[in-house]
Amino acid sequence: MSETLPGSADIEPDDLKAARVPVPPQAIAPALAQPRSKRSGRSNFELYSWIFMRVSGIVLVFLVLGHLLIMNILDGGVQRINFAFVAGRWSSPFWQVWDLLQLWLAMLHGTNGLRTVINDYAEKPRTRFWLQTILYVAAVFTVVLGTLVIFTFDPSIG
Amino acid sequence: MSATDTLEVDPALRTVDVTFRLHRYNPETDAAPHWEDYVVACLPTDRVLTVLQKIKDEIDGTLTFRRSCAHGICGSDAMRINGRNRLACKTLVKDLNVRKPVTVEAIKGLPLEKDMVVDMEPFFEAYREVLPFLIPDGHEPTRERLQSAEDRATFDDTTKCILCACCTTSCPVFWTDSQYFGPAAIVGAHRFIFDSRDAGSAQRLEILNSKEGVWRCRTTFNCTDACPRGIEVTKAIQEVKRALIFKG
Ligand code: SF4
Ligand code: SF4
Ligand code: FES
Repeated sequence: MSETLPGSADIEPDDLKAARVPVPPQAIAPALAQPRSKRSGRSNFELYSWIFMRVSGIVLVFLVLGHLLIMNILDGGVQRINFAFVAGRWSSPFWQVWDLLQLWLAMLHGTNGLRTVINDYAEKPRTRFWLQTILYVAAVFTVVLGTLVIFTFDPSIG
Repeated sequence: MSATDTLEVDPALRTVDVTFRLHRYNPETDAAPHWEDYVVACLPTDRVLTVLQKIKDEIDGTLTFRRSCAHGICGSDAMRINGRNRLACKTLVKDLNVRKPVTVEAIKGLPLEKDMVVDMEPFFEAYREVLPFLIPDGHEPTRERLQSAEDRATFDDTTKCILCACCTTSCPVFWTDSQYFGPAAIVGAHRFIFDSRDAGSAQRLEILNSKEGVWRCRTTFNCTDACPRGIEVTKAIQEVKRALIFKG
């Protein structure tokens, strides 16, 4: 019996290469820091986006349910909604802020949700990139347009 | 003369013919993987691994799969059995519906090499990246590093991992994004992040805070369902998220 077992330390990579069976490269050198892909620098973006989804979700439950209640159920419901009704509501800063918050939170929440859905389902980086570009353009357009309407709404055009 | 002479055989232990539908792929001859059926006489107490070995020994010697311990410890025989990730050596025939063919295929999301064999390197790469070893600080102690029972309990569950990849290859996020660290690597990180003797937690948390880290997890619990060691994988991932949020 030999004293030393033929441990991996005794095997030179060249010995393995000369062996009859072709050895896959990773069997020769288990590179410890083999790059999966460059880790994109330190950033807490994903952490904050994760928290944002939870917080905005909770806030939206109240904002949207309140909105639906006021618009569809309370005194007269949807029948009473007309230009004058909307103009009346937006003359109060309270409802302006409510609607603005609702718009921004819903859009950011939805956009971020779709961003992760695209990340989950689009396999090719190019598909991912284009789908997300379309998504961001649509989101920015909607948010800007909505914000503009809330702030520049002119009740006299009715 | 032999011990078997005196063994009482339970009359309920009759063999049944079971169809095993195996996903076969030989990279040298096949253009694409395909299904093939094998009918094997099985005892209810047979393990799927035993059946595969029987097919290899008696029907088709080219059938290729990994196994080592055959006792649920080495983690080398993870397979997709009837659509669920299991260890072939821990899955009994009696727990499967044998009226329909039993499907066995390689785990998903890793490069298929042959039959049930996949390239595990991407899986281990992700594991190595979370620094799965004790990082001590201070001087080398003169006696063992003591730890209270309560401190030990915080990461007890994740010490049980055998790196079989059942969890990571059941994860729908990993299927489409191979850059996601995957549940097994997070379990490996959890094992040390919550170890009171370890000083590398901040580093590991930083790694798992990246774009492909814990925030990719959708909390679908596939991994917890798949783990043959009964590790609460999703819970461990949530604990890492919580540590990241409250690390201050
Ligand atoms: S809980 Fe998370 S890690 Fe586990 S399978 Fe689901 S997405 Fe993957
Ligand atoms: S956590 Fe469970 S399923 Fe995942 S690699 Fe470890 S033992 Fe296997
Ligand atoms: S053969 Fe070792 S775990 Fe199944």
